Amino acid sequence: MLFGFPLFPTQASTLAPEIDNLYLGVIAITAFFAIIVVVCVIFFAIKYRDHTGDKVGAPITGSVPLELGWSFIPFVISIGIFVWASVVFFHLVRAPDQTLDIYSTGKRWMWRFQHIDGQREINELHVPVGRAVRVVFTSEDVLHDLFIPAFRVKADAVPGRYSAIWFEATKVGEYHLFCAEYCGTNHSGMIGTVYVMEPADYQAWLAGGGAINSGGSMADRGAQLFTQLACVTCHLGDGSGRGPSLVGVFGSTITLNDGTNVVADESYLRESILTSQAKTVAGYQQLMPTFQGLVNENDVASLIEYIKSMQQGAARSASAQAAP
Amino acid sequence: MQTQVMESPVNYINHRHTVASWLLTKDHKRIGILYLIVVSTAFALGGIFAMLIRMELTTPAGDLLSADVYNRMFTMHGVTMVFFVLVPAVPAVLGNFVMPLMIGAKDVAFPKLNLLSWYVFTTGFIFTVTAMILGGVDTGWTFYTPYSTQGSESNVLITGIGVFITGFSSILTGLNFMVTIHRMRAPGMTWFRLPLFIWALYATSLVMVLGTPVIAITLLMLVLERGLHLGIFDPRLGGDPVLFQHLFWFYSHPAVYIMILPPMGVISEVIACFSRKNVFGYSFVAFSSLAIAVFGFLVWAHHLFVAGISPYSALIFSFLSFAVAIPSAVKTFNWTATLYKGAIWWKTPMMFVFGFLGLFLVGGLTGLFLASLGLDVHLTDTYFVVAHFHYIMVGGAIMGYFAGLHYWWPKMTGRMYNDTLGKLAALLIFVGFNLTFGPQFILGYLGMPRRYHVYPPEFQVLNVLSSAGASILAVGYVLPAFYFLYSLKYGAKAGANPWKATGLEWTTQSPPLPENFSQTPIVTEGAYAYSKREIKVA
Amino acid sequence: MPDGTIAAPGEPHGHPPHHPALQHHFEDLEQQHEASTLGMWLFLVTEVMFFGGLILAYSLYRIWYPTAWALGSEELNIYLGGFNTIVLIGSSLTMALAVRSAQTGAQRATVGWLLFTMALGLTFLVVKFFEYKEKFEKFHVPGPNFRFEGPESPHVQIFFSLYFALTGVHALHMIIGVGLMSVITTMAYRKRFSPEWHTPVELAGLYWHFVDIVWIFLFPLLYLVDRSHHIV
Repeated sequence: MLFGFPLFPTQASTLAPEIDNLYLGVIAITAFFAIIVVVCVIFFAIKYRDHTGDKVGAPITGSVPLELGWSFIPFVISIGIFVWASVVFFHLVRAPDQTLDIYSTGKRWMWRFQHIDGQREINELHVPVGRAVRVVFTSEDVLHDLFIPAFRVKADAVPGRYSAIWFEATKVGEYHLFCAEYCGTNHSGMIGTVYVMEPADYQAWLAGGGAINSGGSMADRGAQLFTQLACVTCHLGDGSGRGPSLVGVFGSTITLNDGTNVVADESYLRESILTSQAKTVAGYQQLMPTFQGLVNENDVASLIEYIKSMQQGAARSASAQAAP
Repeated sequence: MQTQVMESPVNYINHRHTVASWLLTKDHKRIGILYLIVVSTAFALGGIFAMLIRMELTTPAGDLLSADVYNRMFTMHGVTMVFFVLVPAVPAVLGNFVMPLMIGAKDVAFPKLNLLSWYVFTTGFIFTVTAMILGGVDTGWTFYTPYSTQGSESNVLITGIGVFITGFSSILTGLNFMVTIHRMRAPGMTWFRLPLFIWALYATSLVMVLGTPVIAITLLMLVLERGLHLGIFDPRLGGDPVLFQHLFWFYSHPAVYIMILPPMGVISEVIACFSRKNVFGYSFVAFSSLAIAVFGFLVWAHHLFVAGISPYSALIFSFLSFAVAIPSAVKTFNWTATLYKGAIWWKTPMMFVFGFLGLFLVGGLTGLFLASLGLDVHLTDTYFVVAHFHYIMVGGAIMGYFAGLHYWWPKMTGRMYNDTLGKLAALLIFVGFNLTFGPQFILGYLGMPRRYHVYPPEFQVLNVLSSAGASILAVGYVLPAFYFLYSLKYGAKAGANPWKATGLEWTTQSPPLPENFSQTPIVTEGAYAYSKREIKVA
Repeated sequence: MPDGTIAAPGEPHGHPPHHPALQHHFEDLEQQHEASTLGMWLFLVTEVMFFGGLILAYSLYRIWYPTAWALGSEELNIYLGGFNTIVLIGSSLTMALAVRSAQTGAQRATVGWLLFTMALGLTFLVVKFFEYKEKFEKFHVPGPNFRFEGPESPHVQIFFSLYFALTGVHALHMIIGVGLMSVITTMAYRKRFSPEWHTPVELAGLYWHFVDIVWIFLFPLLYLVDRSHHIV
């Protein structure tokens, strides 16, 4: 704060202090060099001033040691900043293994958030404090960008693929959510609020004290779609069908029929549903129809949640009710 | 020893008076003046858009302009300033005028092509202005897909075609300059006796020639997709919107080096002249220009750190982005060292150099913040980026352009302008500029996204400061128009070398002869041999 | 001229007589020739970057959608494409012979070879027209009227978009080339060239060869994707 005036957004996530420290560090380093240069320029300009324009300057042409010095030292310092910043970056982009997943879609000009237990929000996002949350999102039309300054997270929403951000909120409160990729008329209106709540309040909200529930969790809806769209006819649970079994597939490494390996994350599952012909699993024929145009983003996300729930034995508990 | 310059009453301005003699000229000096007219018009137009933007942003609500109009304002401000001011200003105005004089040539290698470049440039400008009159374009100057191909209902096609056409002007100018510098230097003008402005123009020409065709084909693909429904970036067909970004920035990042390298060259010239000594580390500065041009092609994806590229490629581009900063730092240190034990003459061009040094420093250093991956995630697409690029582009490139205009104005026109007013303009610009864009760094870190028409009320104070600064900046930019125009009629006669500078352009009369030199000069010493000379006023 | 007057071309005008083609800002014909040639090579480098952007887009999607690329490529007429390739290579030969004739001062041969080159270039364009016509009739032109069977249809539409973009831009360069040729041929007809100076023929030759080389890349990239087991 400067004279009571904020210079930083609230630090409301576990990573926010890391990023702010990096910011301050880079400010310190760059200010140091900037001040040296500015002081030198002002000092030399005044000390060596000649009002007549008739004098001539000293016959200095250069100094190789100086050149090497002021090339090498900034380079080394740059590497230092680069390494520090890259470490922070990897913390930002690598979500922890266990996260509370929330799906989202941006479209002109609103954000829709879909909780896995079925609650749906528009331009508002309720999350519990102290728990790692991951938002998996895409766009239905043009580029958008999900930006929450208080958490220091941001990623573009690209139509046709998934992006993700993750954060662990540390402070109860209300924070801005912005669209940060220009998307047309109401780009600056595509904003919302993140509500970070105490765990108990969050449970109460989920149970219906404010949340709109479309009825049933995402995995339940996914199960319905799985039958309706006849996925179940090929993807038999025991692997004897024309398509591979999907039990335990999420997060596993799959070998494709061109020999390459791929991790079955949300993006892979989405691609397989929408344009299956691109990546066929080894040992299987390319028979799966494409569902592009037959399912919307919410359907795809529901199917993915259902597939995630297909573990050996009991369903994988990704529900919001369970504590990590 | 400098001998008295033979003055002829005939110069490139007065030897022919008809409009046709200007519009069909093959004289690089006249072509430079023609560019000056169009670039100044574009600068005024872009400035008007900027004023409207800053006026709207004084309040959080959208009360001055509707959202659609505002979006067109910032787009057209960007398009006008980037393609019709920043890219051509120093090379096409000052470079065209001064470069052949500096190397002792009679003209550029391809004078007719040079004139064609101006016509192509002006045609592109007319197309773009037509698009503005027909309602403008609202995609942002970056034309990202799918909004530009499917979402926007504005005049994307006409603007895209206009910018496409203008690109060829850049390509032809770069080509012309490269061949001229290679083949038409005066006897004795070896590469390492060239003024640093020439090195800068050469490096710039490399970028113009290699980079501009890529934006041309990218815009063509955009136009084909929007106009003829070819599907190259369409996600509904499996196309990749991020591919557009890669192709766009492959040019547009090197483009910012097109914008800054020539002004850096100007700084070298002016600082040598007004310190009365050689630029410190001449060959390091020369090679830094080339290094910036080459490295500039390797960093484009730092504009895509949050766009969906893999973290590993982000690492590579981050590293390279730090590397590209080093040559610029080297130059800054070299310029500072040039002042040491100089004989600093505080004339207007030098005031703009001081301003440049301060503002370019901030602009360049804030680039490091954006190259830092961990910070860029938070800062990209916010006002921090807006502040960063304005510090470099306006604080750096335009300051350098103004330094050059004020330095070579006596040569171009034969007249001196009022030095006190010039210094006042420099001061107003410096103060106004910092007040306009300094607060935007803070706004950016606080989280205000860019291209926002309305914003949360807590951002208002900083926005008001910024808009106040903009009004001072506007005065600073308009003032030169007055004293320059005044000087044309009432200014003191400049003579061949009013600044007592070295350089071949100062060995000929002001304004120069149509054929530049009455006799081909023979060069026997390096570019900034101040200490070896008794400088006499011509 | 220093006194402001302008001399007519060929008239004595204030310095030793020189070749009529020498432009005044150059010292001599050799400098002019070197400068012009360097200029043309630089221009061709810009053309490489220009086509390079399209080829980059093509390459990316080919890696992503190999099946669609094979399907789309199959739809192109390999006979017409192959014929055009031979036509264009032949036209480069005739162009080289035109340059050679100009170098040796064989004026009528120069005109002849240039005309032959233009004829071959026009042949290429006519064949291209028929190819485009066929695509139109089969509804392979991208846009609202695009029709293609099978699940790969959207990706095949991207293939055809790039096909039309690449061959369209190439055809535009051919048209410009033929136009350039007509100017050069007229100059040759009017006996403007000599062994001492025939730079325009050389430069036009460079441009023409470049346009030919682009096609030599485009033909296999577009027509020969996965043809190993089905030529027709």
